[in-house]
Amino acid sequence: MYVAVKGGEAAIRNAHRLMAHERRGDPEVPEVSAAQIDGQLALAVDRVMTEGSLYDRGLAALAIKQARGDLVEAIFLVRAFRATLPRLGATEPLDTSNMAIRRRVSATFKDLPGGQILGPTFDYTHRLIDGALDGFAPPEPATAAPREEAVPRVTDLLGEEGLIEPSPRDDGSEPGDLTREPLAFPIGRDLRLQALARGDEGFLLALGYSTQRGFARSHPFAGEIRMGEVEVEIFVEELGFAVTLGTITVTECQMVNQFKGAGDAPPQFTRGYGLTFGHCERKAMAMALVDRALRAAELGEDVSAPAQDEEFVIMHSDNVEATGFVEHLKLPHYVDFQSELDLLRRLRAEWDAAALKEAAQ
Amino acid sequence: MSEAIATERTAYNFAYLDEQTKRAIRRAILKAIAIPGYQVPFASREMPMPRGWGTGGVQVTAAIIGPDDVLKVIDQGADDTTNAVAIRGFFTRVANVATTTRTVEATIIQTRHRVPETPLNADQILVYQVPIPEPLRFLEPRETETRKLHALADYGTMHVKLYEDIAHFGEIATTYAYPVTVDGRYVMDPSPIPKFDNPKLDDCPALQLFGAGREKRIYAVPPHTRVVSLDFEDHPFAPQRFTEPCALCGATGVFLDEVILDDRGGRMFVCSDTDFCNGRQAAGHRGRLAGNPIESGEGADV
Repeated sequence: MYVAVKGGEAAIRNAHRLMAHERRGDPEVPEVSAAQIDGQLALAVDRVMTEGSLYDRGLAALAIKQARGDLVEAIFLVRAFRATLPRLGATEPLDTSNMAIRRRVSATFKDLPGGQILGPTFDYTHRLIDGALDGFAPPEPATAAPREEAVPRVTDLLGEEGLIEPSPRDDGSEPGDLTREPLAFPIGRDLRLQALARGDEGFLLALGYSTQRGFARSHPFAGEIRMGEVEVEIFVEELGFAVTLGTITVTECQMVNQFKGAGDAPPQFTRGYGLTFGHCERKAMAMALVDRALRAAELGEDVSAPAQDEEFVIMHSDNVEATGFVEHLKLPHYVDFQSELDLLRRLRAEWDAAALKEAAQ
Repeated sequence: MSEAIATERTAYNFAYLDEQTKRAIRRAILKAIAIPGYQVPFASREMPMPRGWGTGGVQVTAAIIGPDDVLKVIDQGADDTTNAVAIRGFFTRVANVATTTRTVEATIIQTRHRVPETPLNADQILVYQVPIPEPLRFLEPRETETRKLHALADYGTMHVKLYEDIAHFGEIATTYAYPVTVDGRYVMDPSPIPKFDNPKLDDCPALQLFGAGREKRIYAVPPHTRVVSLDFEDHPFAPQRFTEPCALCGATGVFLDEVILDDRGGRMFVCSDTDFCNGRQAAGHRGRLAGNPIESGEGADV
């Protein structure tokens, strides 16, 4: 006897109760706090802030805890919260040349004004799992006097010779916002960079990698990667000048790419740009590679590889959208499946009848 | 911080979205109604449920719902499927509106994959959840191209596809999300409803709104608009037909779900529209497996 599947409400409630129970883990082991995640899983927090498009360490840490460490789920939580926030204003552009630098490396010059500053990095560590890490008290870090003057960006140094394309001029137009206006392709570089900054690190990493392996190769050099604190300023009409709201940590990558010249453009280095909240170096580099690849049409290059295809890259880079649609396959599809079953049974009956007839002849 | 967020988050605007966003969505809806079948881009918001799980329908519903509305949410025709339960719970929580499972009582019906069996009236709005709004998407993956094809009303590839189906299979092998022409102009994806439901779109007295959240499109079929399923003169459109009546309420001429009863090939067919089926059973109709069969083989005329 068939009993209609009732009680969806109770089933959902119980599933969520079980999930909360499992999230807590073994009650004998102390609960992890959002502050601990913020401090000790800081790079996960940075990624969630970057792809969540919201600079709030505490909120991102809480989202990671709520998501049981599933970063895409945490990004989703942050995004859904962000969508409800009012827009109070727009800040002035960040001035990364005035960054309080914690890390700054260039692969194009051995030494340069401001020097190479390794900062906190996994680079050059031996990737050996450290059995003694639990309970390890690290020594005090080495310190040096902070630098007083600003550290010029490598691209600005090259720019003086005209060997590298200059930053696009500020033409006074307002940058777009894909979270407020629908996208219509082709889109400008402003929207492209916004989409890439929110884009999934793994997807952009793979696309950036593909350009290095010959799918839209553009001979990149890591001109400069810098990470540190920059001031966020907002222009106040009543005062007539910009005031500082606070500082945020960002990672910036300027990728320098060979270019033989085409059309009106002389042979010169071109640039790809990456910027993230916090310390997301891999993401910033991948973003810069993909940004450069997406400039193919603008620079008169052939558009032949996936990383150069604006609609393909931008429409599939958002992991909140991608995970939602992939995972929606879990939802019931009885009705469509029933329709397909019906069709398949009829086609199959015709096929069987034809086969039988053929065998008889 | 987290406490502040936690308390702050309990206070939502009515129907979750802020009023500016609702206005923007309503403008898109009005444009969609003015150009039947045309996909209007809108700045779809991130909702607190996954993309692809009905965020388009939820945003449309949030933009049109008022405190006096009565909401019904169905998925696969049923009110008690898990995602329908979750969406209904969402609106109960953020809009505190009355909900119902009865089609006749609802002023707004949000649906995934079905049109209710009970005919709709002019005081109702049917909101469809749409995964892929572009009927040409699987023929042309690029939005830049499909928008041109719509602008030029160039639907040749679609007719070729349908023709190739006939050449291969002897019939049009599309059973759901079967394309329609709206008001003689735009070819439209009716969302993945079975083609069984396509005739219900035509000349429907209710307003029909379609929301695709992830794809950021809204489109509409205004009341009493001509909606024609694509076909050929010598291969006319034919909706699915079921050979047996509902095993619970005995209805025929309705869409049925197949339920597997055992591992020996035993199966039964029951109404996919649970409200319709329950209503018939309450009125005394009984199907083959409903305990006390009074009658069966009754038409869908309740």
